[in-house]
Amino acid sequence: MLIELKNVSYTYGTGTVYEVSALENINLNIGEGEFIGVIGHTGSGKSTLIQHFNGLIRPSSGQVLFAGKDIWEPGYDLRSLRTHVGLVFQYPENQLFETDVLKDVMFGPKNQGLTLEECESRARAALNQSGVPEELYSASPFEISGGQKRRVAIAGVLAMDPEVLILDEPTAGLDPAGRDELLGQIKYLRDKRGITVILVTHSMEDVAQYASRLLVVHEGRIAFDGPPKKVFMNYRELETMGLAAPQITYIMHALREKGLMVDVSATTVAEAKRSILLALSRRASEKQE
Amino acid sequence: MGEITLGQYYPSNSILHRLDPRVKFIGTILYIVSLFLVNSWIGYAMAGCVLAVLIGLSRVPLRFILRSMKPVLFILLFTMIFNLLLTPGDVLVRFWIFRITREGVSLAVRMGIRLAFLVMGSSIMTLTTTPNELTDAMENLFAPLSFFHVPVHEIAMMMSIALRFIPILVEETDKIKKAQMARGADFESGGLVRRVRSMIPLLVPLFVSAFRRANDLAMAMEARCYHGGSGRTQMKPLKYSKRDFIAYAIELAYLAVCIIFKVRGL
Amino acid sequence: MPSIIKAEKLGYYYVKYSDDSENPELINAIRSIDLSVERGEFIAVLGHNGSGKSTLAKHINALLVPSEGTMWIDGVDTGQEEDLWKVRQKAGMVFQNPDNQIIGTVVDEDVGFGPENLGVPTDDIWKRVDDALSKVGMLGFRDRSPGKLSGGQKQRVAIAGVVAMQPECIVLDEPTAMLDPNGRKEVLQVVRDLNKQEGVTVILITHYMEEVVFADHVYVMDGGQIVMEGTPREVFSQVDVLKSYRLTVPQVTELAYELKTAGVPLPEGILTIDELVEALC
Repeated sequence: MLIELKNVSYTYGTGTVYEVSALENINLNIGEGEFIGVIGHTGSGKSTLIQHFNGLIRPSSGQVLFAGKDIWEPGYDLRSLRTHVGLVFQYPENQLFETDVLKDVMFGPKNQGLTLEECESRARAALNQSGVPEELYSASPFEISGGQKRRVAIAGVLAMDPEVLILDEPTAGLDPAGRDELLGQIKYLRDKRGITVILVTHSMEDVAQYASRLLVVHEGRIAFDGPPKKVFMNYRELETMGLAAPQITYIMHALREKGLMVDVSATTVAEAKRSILLALSRRASEKQE
Repeated sequence: MGEITLGQYYPSNSILHRLDPRVKFIGTILYIVSLFLVNSWIGYAMAGCVLAVLIGLSRVPLRFILRSMKPVLFILLFTMIFNLLLTPGDVLVRFWIFRITREGVSLAVRMGIRLAFLVMGSSIMTLTTTPNELTDAMENLFAPLSFFHVPVHEIAMMMSIALRFIPILVEETDKIKKAQMARGADFESGGLVRRVRSMIPLLVPLFVSAFRRANDLAMAMEARCYHGGSGRTQMKPLKYSKRDFIAYAIELAYLAVCIIFKVRGL
Repeated sequence: MPSIIKAEKLGYYYVKYSDDSENPELINAIRSIDLSVERGEFIAVLGHNGSGKSTLAKHINALLVPSEGTMWIDGVDTGQEEDLWKVRQKAGMVFQNPDNQIIGTVVDEDVGFGPENLGVPTDDIWKRVDDALSKVGMLGFRDRSPGKLSGGQKQRVAIAGVVAMQPECIVLDEPTAMLDPNGRKEVLQVVRDLNKQEGVTVILITHYMEEVVFADHVYVMDGGQIVMEGTPREVFSQVDVLKSYRLTVPQVTELAYELKTAGVPLPEGILTIDELVEALC
């Protein structure tokens, strides 16, 4: 197991009147090469959860293990952990600060103590993988478009060559094509480099499209953990948590109710199309007989 | 989480909370003046009684008022020791190169009392008045200055916007700090030069974001027809009620007594 | 009565100076836009980031004035400096970032900010603030600090701030882009209610396709121009064209379109789940 959480609880403002329990007794295993979607409404504790993965937040109780080692043991190198577990925050473009794009992406590798040449080659590779065109490398990170800024910021984390990449709503504010391009790029990274991806999102459609495993966080606990298809079968319960299933799930259930024998576990447009066409042709042949 | 309350307002509904902020503002200034008018033990005793009554009326727990002393404790001790050791006069004790004199002890105690009363007195104002009310009071009281082309309205608007944005910027600092830490940044270790250098990845994004916010806010204000103070009405204009006039009368009476003390040399 | 919003051959240019090139560039943010909106309509403007939709929105509120062509709000030319405040009162504007448009430190003071600027007497300000807050369902939060509200609640306060100025129309420039799904729903519901019940003309700028299904009329922008317009059904029936403008359609519409191309007999531009289920069963 790459990351393990054992009985992790986290409480904000311990000992004050504002004491809030953000996470309660979380047990979680994250393996290599997984593509995990994390959903939960605002304030459910999902942001707190992902900051445990790279040691930005210390659990009030319980253990966080990376590659079998407790990261809160005295002497554990947390800074090096953060290069293994890359975390891209929401609106990451707000962290850009250097005079040009390439230098900004080199910030992470420099903190790792690599030589300048290594930093630069890492940065170039990361920018390339994030889909930033080469003519922008020397541009100021403040003068490129919003979508490009986002890619540069993600490259800034990728350049550290992490084994795990956590992204907190990476597509917020992007237009539909920008969303698809970015997620496509992330999927490509996972397939090509075998990186473990943890994607926090509000979009059930994106989860259905890309994730192989889905975590639903609700009131500081993991309410569901499983393949998206299985989790979305519980769409009624998801609704009580202020969440929903992809639109396709609702369509399939509505069709089934009306007597069209479609596969209700379909969650993407492509699956739904296949299943509906199949059901329609079956219905047609039944009518003929 | 993390909501910063400037001037540490303590919510309550005491008589002091309900007073017009202008009364409290002027009262605080008068109180500070009185501390420098009176120079006798009787005078200090009186100022102390006034303070005690005010604390009682404010219904703010004493520890909140004492807590306001914390940031000035160092200055307080420093002035006291300075006065204690360096005042010439009747020598009481002598050690190493220092002499402690009768006058020195007296001066140190007086200075200590004055400073402590001053800080506690003004903290009663900030504990019972929201920053917003204070801004309103100052805009109103300093309005005559606009006759001398002092942009009173604009300064007050600036103060209230600053109050609104400080918590947002604090939160933002925290976010950027974490984002850079996730990129391996180290804000804790190293010497002074390294630490200052390590702040650049934090400060640049913070400034960029602050300017973007300023730009957005200016646009939002313009879109809502903001064009300075002229022709503007107020939703919550300050209005005096009976108790405010009574409070003013008490303040004046107190000032008068202090002046009499001063004149009589008590 | 004149149209509430009317634009003729609207164009906006600005000059961009870059470090390396000697010659400043002339950027054409929007061009030759013709637009006419009637009172009480719900208009949606779609377009990818950088398509010029925000620039157009700022012309309606006279935050920008046209470089060429003319924009009239309720018959008033936005280019006339002396009518500036009149235009801004008639056309209120809500922006994307909820944190950067709330001025007051208390909810009701923020809502009162616009009326204060208009010189409305104190008693009337209170009436307007009460009324505006109840229309967006935020009356119970009037004494709160805006910092403690959720994103959706902050945007509703921002909308109330505009409503209190009693505008003829409200322009919302991607009001939901920074919100979570529940916040988006809240804000959209408030906007629809204002349009339906109060008859306020609404211009909603967005790139969430689900939000424009309710619009009377949709404009699609690309490269600073209006490239498509029509009812949501008309616009959404052209899935491939929309995709070429970096946009998508709601999943239900896309599925219907896919089924139709596969030979299933379905009507054009299906917008809701019910419509699709009805057509298939």
